[in-house]
Amino acid sequence: MKKKMTKGSAIILYALKEEGVEIVFGYPGGAVLPLYDRLFDSSIKHLLVRHEQAAVHAADGYARVTGRPGVVFATSGPGATNLVTGITNAFMDSVPLVLITGQVPSAFIGTDAFQEADITGITMPVTKHSYLVKNAEQLSGILAEAFYIASTGRRGPVLVDVPKDVFDQEAPYFYNIKCEIPGYNPTYNGHLGQISRAVKAIRDAKRPVIFGGGGLIRSAASGVLREFAEKARIPVILSLMGLGAYPGDRDLFLGMPGMHGSITANYALSEADLIIGTGVRFDDRVTGKLESFANNAKIIHIDIDPAEIGKNVKIDIPIVGDVRIVLEALLQKLKPGHTNDWLTQIENWQKQNPMSGGLKSSGRAIKPQFVIRELSRLSEEKTIVATDVGQHQMWTAQHFIIREPCAFLTSGGLGTMGYGFPAAIGAKLAAPESRVICITGDGSFQMNIQELATAVNNRLDMIIAVINNGFLGMVRQWQDMFYDKRYSHTALEGNPDFVLLAEAYGARGLRAKDEKEATEAIKQAMSEKGPVVIDFVVEPEENVYPMVAPNCPINDIIIGGDQS
Amino acid sequence: MKHVLAVLVEDKPGVLTRVAGLFSRRGFNIDNLAVGETITPGISRMTITVDGSETIVEQVVKQLNKLINVIKVSNLSEEPSVMRELMLIKVNAEVGNRSDIQQVVETFRGKVIDVSPDSMIIEITGNEEKMEAIKLLLQHFGIKEIVRTGKIALLRGSQITKEI
Repeated sequence: MKKKMTKGSAIILYALKEEGVEIVFGYPGGAVLPLYDRLFDSSIKHLLVRHEQAAVHAADGYARVTGRPGVVFATSGPGATNLVTGITNAFMDSVPLVLITGQVPSAFIGTDAFQEADITGITMPVTKHSYLVKNAEQLSGILAEAFYIASTGRRGPVLVDVPKDVFDQEAPYFYNIKCEIPGYNPTYNGHLGQISRAVKAIRDAKRPVIFGGGGLIRSAASGVLREFAEKARIPVILSLMGLGAYPGDRDLFLGMPGMHGSITANYALSEADLIIGTGVRFDDRVTGKLESFANNAKIIHIDIDPAEIGKNVKIDIPIVGDVRIVLEALLQKLKPGHTNDWLTQIENWQKQNPMSGGLKSSGRAIKPQFVIRELSRLSEEKTIVATDVGQHQMWTAQHFIIREPCAFLTSGGLGTMGYGFPAAIGAKLAAPESRVICITGDGSFQMNIQELATAVNNRLDMIIAVINNGFLGMVRQWQDMFYDKRYSHTALEGNPDFVLLAEAYGARGLRAKDEKEATEAIKQAMSEKGPVVIDFVVEPEENVYPMVAPNCPINDIIIGGDQS
Repeated sequence: MKHVLAVLVEDKPGVLTRVAGLFSRRGFNIDNLAVGETITPGISRMTITVDGSETIVEQVVKQLNKLINVIKVSNLSEEPSVMRELMLIKVNAEVGNRSDIQQVVETFRGKVIDVSPDSMIIEITGNEEKMEAIKLLLQHFGIKEIVRTGKIALLRGSQITKEI
């Protein structure tokens, strides 16, 4: 068969079509000029951001909502290095991304040419894999591999660095979506022997809990998780990354565990005789002091990444595989559970320790928790929430009821301030019919605030709820608790007027200073078109409770504020 | 405990950086590393000696397996295997002590591969213990320089470390 010769830039766009890519997030520059020139005539949409970091976060938000890889274009040098935080964020949270960066022309590589940066070298520790393309012949094969690697096994970002001259070279175009890579064969089906052992352990358990994470969402396991939990009558605890995998308003749901988790979830993990870890990595924010974590429990750990099993905690029954497939296999062999005594015990804990922070109004400024609860109460079923990082993130995890998977976007592993707003933009493009709310802080918002231009320009209906306490709140809280209230550089003096700023960008700006205004502002924002920024002026020194101090056992809980 | 890992990798650009980077990033220590081609074109074999507990080495193996260019990792310390290393030693040698040095070299079945008026280069192959022993004996004459290849290893018998 005679193969038509095609330019490198066209090969890339054909490949994206083949992969079903509808939108690319990016920012042009010198080294990607030929690619952008080709994109000008393409039916693939492009979202022009105002900073490359935001392009990655937006693609990340898009990927988390659709389950398909987010695609990013950026130029060489600073364009590429600006991606690094976003790539690391996606790597830590196992989000599929394909990033295509321009590089200086092949002949200039290694000469410290203008806008040259060794981006494959820089991102090696934070990508699932990366490629430096040598010539246009390699492009088809490399792109097929990039999409395959990003979206299978444990998902992650893959970077493809393309020297400028390669975009203009001609090569035959052939695209084979199925690729075989000798060193890459993810395991999807769990080991049958281990599955039988797990079934027996579940049958014998008196005090079992399911502890689920982001893996449940990536593998679309929420349906089977629900059947599993409800048939076996096992309560469900979800990590920050797992929120939404089980409906947040159902009886068996105990909340998030760990540092700012619910008291019941932490007690249940500590008292359980069996923990069924599903798509979680037993992160330090969850386990607290490792030596005293779940001392009474046998642990089953189901994960697609064998390296996660036994990395942090000792596992009794390891099952490597796709969480959904393994849960389906377990479900088939499962007998209805008799866990009534345990569930009664849990119900007592829940009654004694409700997540009540901020319920009592001080009568002065708004309690931040109140804002989150109002946002949750007034939101429709189909609402996607993206958060930034800090106190507002933890309050959202505690008080916003997440009912569906892929509806809660947050930077879990890396804890990237500035993630939320661009991720919300990506989410809105992925699900235009859903309401999208970005819950952010006055610190975090300013880390990618320039994207107001992107949101306005694309007329994206979304609410940006700024929980404005005038502080870098979480850091201030730690200074309060562990550094004698010495607030070293955590007061964000000189913050802009967020309402005026929103209006300067052409967005709507609202402000709320008391509870009544807060409720009204939310209702009004929900009826508006385009992006609406609500500046919630909240109690400046409210702390997040409950809290487990770092490296303490998770049943050693600090209760503060109006909960104590 | 020392573990010797045989790592089969695709012979692609950056693969050594990926492997070395993984060790430093995760805080694992490489004692030594040797790389060379195999009988299959496009596939290289790294022999990596790691010092660490069972748990650490298990993590090393799992993390290595996650690298896309890594095809197979085997822990040769868990099975009967032969291990060898090559060392070149430049030692002070004057007319008066050359035959003493020769004697040591012969005992260790080494070879003298270069002689100059005041020095000799000795080639020695063997396991770690043998290397240390000859070093100790030659120190007496004054060692000027040493270079070592790092350990390489094969399973004993007809068993082989296959690609897939």
